Amino acid sequence: MSIQTELKTPSKLEKILKSGQLAVTSECGPPRGSDAEVIKKKAQMIKDYVDAINITDNQTSVTRLCSLASCIHLKLMGLEPILQMVVRDRNRIALQSDILGAASFDIYNILCLSGDHQSFGDNPTAQNVFDIDSMQLIQTVRLMRDEGKFLGGDNILRPPKMFVGAAANPFADPFEIRARRLAKKVKAGAEFIQTQCIYNVPRFKEWMKQVGDLGLLDKVFILAGVTPMKSVGMAKYMKNKVPGMDVPDEIIKRLSGVPKEKQAEEGIKICIETIQELKEVEGVRGFHIMAIEWEEKVPEIVKGAGLYPRPQV
Amino acid sequence: MIVASKKPIEEVIDYIKDCNKVLIAGCNECVTVCEAGGKKEVGILASALRMYFMNKGKDVTIDEVTLERQCDREYLEEIKHMAPNYDAIVSLACGVGVQFMAEMYKDKPIFPGVNTSFMGANLERGMWGERCAGCGQCILAKTGAVCPVARCAKRLFNGPCGGSTKGKCEINPNVDCAWQLIIDRLKALGRLDDYDELMPVKDWSKDRAGGPRTVVREDLRI
Ligand code: SF4
Ligand code: SF4
Repeated sequence: MSIQTELKTPSKLEKILKSGQLAVTSECGPPRGSDAEVIKKKAQMIKDYVDAINITDNQTSVTRLCSLASCIHLKLMGLEPILQMVVRDRNRIALQSDILGAASFDIYNILCLSGDHQSFGDNPTAQNVFDIDSMQLIQTVRLMRDEGKFLGGDNILRPPKMFVGAAANPFADPFEIRARRLAKKVKAGAEFIQTQCIYNVPRFKEWMKQVGDLGLLDKVFILAGVTPMKSVGMAKYMKNKVPGMDVPDEIIKRLSGVPKEKQAEEGIKICIETIQELKEVEGVRGFHIMAIEWEEKVPEIVKGAGLYPRPQV
Repeated sequence: MIVASKKPIEEVIDYIKDCNKVLIAGCNECVTVCEAGGKKEVGILASALRMYFMNKGKDVTIDEVTLERQCDREYLEEIKHMAPNYDAIVSLACGVGVQFMAEMYKDKPIFPGVNTSFMGANLERGMWGERCAGCGQCILAKTGAVCPVARCAKRLFNGPCGGSTKGKCEINPNVDCAWQLIIDRLKALGRLDDYDELMPVKDWSKDRAGGPRTVVREDLRI
């Protein structure tokens, strides 16, 4: 494996990935209010079991405490935040400004996203921005970091040092373009990828094969995304209501096969088994565990999947 | 063409409730084609308003006229002699026509009778779809002649996003995903390799973002 080992930033996530060890990330959603304790508590629960923590940016377009402020709270706790940034709500001026704001607190990781359409959230009548797209945001951060320049061409005093990530959804359509779209993100400058939750492992493997065929496996670190199912209801909801989500019938059948009070446990089991299976897939360099409003289960999953203890770097 | 749809009659009634003489002015161009503000719609609206005021026992005169175009001074002048007779004019032209009418009849209240939506085309009987957002710098040559600005809900230049499902957009299963269409077109043209090219950050200064736009053609100016 010829993946580069030279460190570009002080990011702990970058260090772990480039040391060749499997990385583990997770995510916390900020509260719908200004109580920082909520996010701190969530982070506290998982901090010893993950290498870095994503903070979502008004996920599903529902207004929440901002990702940047939440990341700062984590940083002040001595943790390693990953700043999620969507291009839905801010133009290039605001995006670059927030990147500098994050950099001023030495936040070393960023995840560049489009963001769900605002029609899903609490302000469906809002305007959207989409001045640049997620690929162009990746390019922007790389330009700021590597060349010390703003998009407008001026120099940045003390450029940001951020390890740049992006998302990939192997399950959205058209499938044939999904690996090529990843190639574009890598070309734009993405250094790590967190995937959409994987339930359909065969389809993920097929995608990874295409990614490998495009020669991307030694150019980008792919963290496989997993989300434990809390119940059969959640599985059905994700299958039918969440765009770009692929939940095979077997998962639903398996969850329906156990009594209601055992479904959560079964969901965790499925999640751990999925991680075990994905560990064997060439090019999987770590895991992104999205336990939605179920952060307390992250330690159990990490331990169960044999990913504990986390490396010290 | 410019696609518009009729405003709810309650809205129009509210605009003119204090008037005694009102002119309903249609336009023979786009709004006629999309059946929102042509001669036929002028007639329907005028009858409905007459009925409404009659039932209310209010004596309101509602007259009708339809101009060739309302985005043209020459045609707007045709009602010069009539305009002074009315308390207000309800224009069923697009937003351009309403404003141009107001620019010509400076002391006359001009009310919109349609909601102007987009530049688009007739897809099937009774159905119109958006095609262009007038961004001022056309990139259709790079996207297989499918516009991501007007037709992708996130106007992505490097789509499709992760919400594209079975050819449809994440916002609504009845809306085509523009990027699925782009990819299908590029494939049909044998130009899928164009997809691999990263589209640069857009110059929005030619768009609405740059402020109100004017096109000046020196060669045509007298
Ligand atoms: S790229 Fe701009 S000008 Fe061309 S069709 Fe789309 S919105 Fe219209
Ligand atoms: S699903 Fe397609 S059209 Fe809809 S926002 Fe995503 S890329 Fe754009």
